[in-house]
Amino acid sequence: MNSKIVFGSYVPVKSILHRLDPRIKLIMCIIYVILIFFVNNFLAAIWLLLALLAAIKLSNVGLRQYWQGIKPLFLIILITVAFQILFSSGGKAYWHWGIMAITRDGLINSLIIFYRFIVIITASTVLTATTQTFQIADALAWLMKPLQVIKVPVNQITLMLSIALRFVPTIMDETNKIMKAQRARGINFNAGNLLTRIKHLVPILIPLFVNSFKRAEELATAMEARGYDPNAPRTHYRQLVWHKNDAWAGLALLIVTVGLVCIRIFF
Amino acid sequence: MTGIKIRKLVFTYPDSKYPVLKNINLDFEPVSWTAIIGHNGSGKSTLARLIDGLLSPTAGSIEVDEIQVNESSLGKIHQHIGFVFQNPENQFVGATVADDVAFGLENRQVDRNKMEEKIDKALKMVGMSDYKNTAPINLSGGQKQRVALAGILALMPKIIILDEATSMLDPLARQEILALLQKLKKEYNLSIISITHDLKEIELADKIVVLNDSQVVKQGAPSEILKDKELLLEIGVGIPASQQLQKLLVERGINVPNRYLNLEELKNWLKQQLQ
Repeated sequence: MNSKIVFGSYVPVKSILHRLDPRIKLIMCIIYVILIFFVNNFLAAIWLLLALLAAIKLSNVGLRQYWQGIKPLFLIILITVAFQILFSSGGKAYWHWGIMAITRDGLINSLIIFYRFIVIITASTVLTATTQTFQIADALAWLMKPLQVIKVPVNQITLMLSIALRFVPTIMDETNKIMKAQRARGINFNAGNLLTRIKHLVPILIPLFVNSFKRAEELATAMEARGYDPNAPRTHYRQLVWHKNDAWAGLALLIVTVGLVCIRIFF
Repeated sequence: MTGIKIRKLVFTYPDSKYPVLKNINLDFEPVSWTAIIGHNGSGKSTLARLIDGLLSPTAGSIEVDEIQVNESSLGKIHQHIGFVFQNPENQFVGATVADDVAFGLENRQVDRNKMEEKIDKALKMVGMSDYKNTAPINLSGGQKQRVALAGILALMPKIIILDEATSMLDPLARQEILALLQKLKKEYNLSIISITHDLKEIELADKIVVLNDSQVVKQGAPSEILKDKELLLEIGVGIPASQQLQKLLVERGINVPNRYLNLEELKNWLKQQLQ
């Protein structure tokens, strides 16, 4: 397995954030992202950015690792921002050529979009860097619990989710193996134009799908042999327990929210 | 405990014309080790799945320790029989070792407070206590099979079925798993049914059942089956090392006793002759 930090991978270090209950972390992340959309002035933007920086500091994960997380998406962000600058109109125009123009509103809009992109991606990276995937799945299961009232099969969905996450590394491994096998047959994945490259994906995807179905079938049999019945009630080994620190984290979230509301009212 | 009784068992896969198993009558003694051998496609795995109720027979009956295997007894049967499959990767459900062992317990609705103890005990039995919080990606194939065994042992089954459970392991890991199974069988009075092509695993059995052409062509003690060289070659498991040596000695005109000797027995016999 490669140990390169990619977007959304867990960083196994010790920190206060790592120890927090995944539920509060998930809630904080969701609410934070919602708050980002309420930012309408410079001060509010700074306020939320400070909160994020504090979280990064507490996560004990280096800034460079976060940058590694954002890097693969940076090109997409830049393209989006460039489009915003060139194609939105309004306010004072500084430069124009055909349908393209750089305007005051365009610049402001693109700045806001850039800010939102970076902050939201970083915030979710803080969550995934400090929380293992199965813990996020547990937290999601807990959040979905109320849906049981309207007959949503939450337990099945949770199990599905955790099995899917459990098999991600396995499938990655398998993809590597298939790519090697196809290289041995003479496919060059790094040559040709976009269309040839996309065509080259077919001999990877087909065996991958076939194998995944076989795996799924075997796994289903194994689960049945171990007494799994999707409609029967089950007990749960992994339990989530609230600690005092989780309450403090909730309080911090409240302070950030109240702070933002105050900034919006008074400035 | 009365063991497993199979009577007039027929099984045909839904999309096939020909039966995979026809008119099988078999008895498995309690607390015994039975090896089922045969060609690929001879119906070994199908037979094992039928015993565990994972498939339902086209005709005939299966009784496991006086429980009739059918739709309504599946829960009981799955509790009674632990099944270890071939591919270690595709039977690992949990995100960590402990989670995977807990899976069966969760299905049985075992109380959370009792789980920890049962998991620790099961992991200790297979020697995986140090890996309790390890993710499957960081385990070797042999270790995953151990965890699979632990997941089954936590439920305290009476019978363990191994469906080529050691075939994807390296020789050392295979030896370790087999040694472990021998020990567990003795300590906990387990019955073991192993489907295998591996001669070492076959030699461990108290009884061997040979499947060929959808039928039981021979069954008996290893000493009886393993000296039938033609049969062994025909079903593709090969000839045990001791038998090969015996054959070579006979070819050289040396008078070797005309019965099956395992390596240890042959060694003793040779020692006697040389003295």
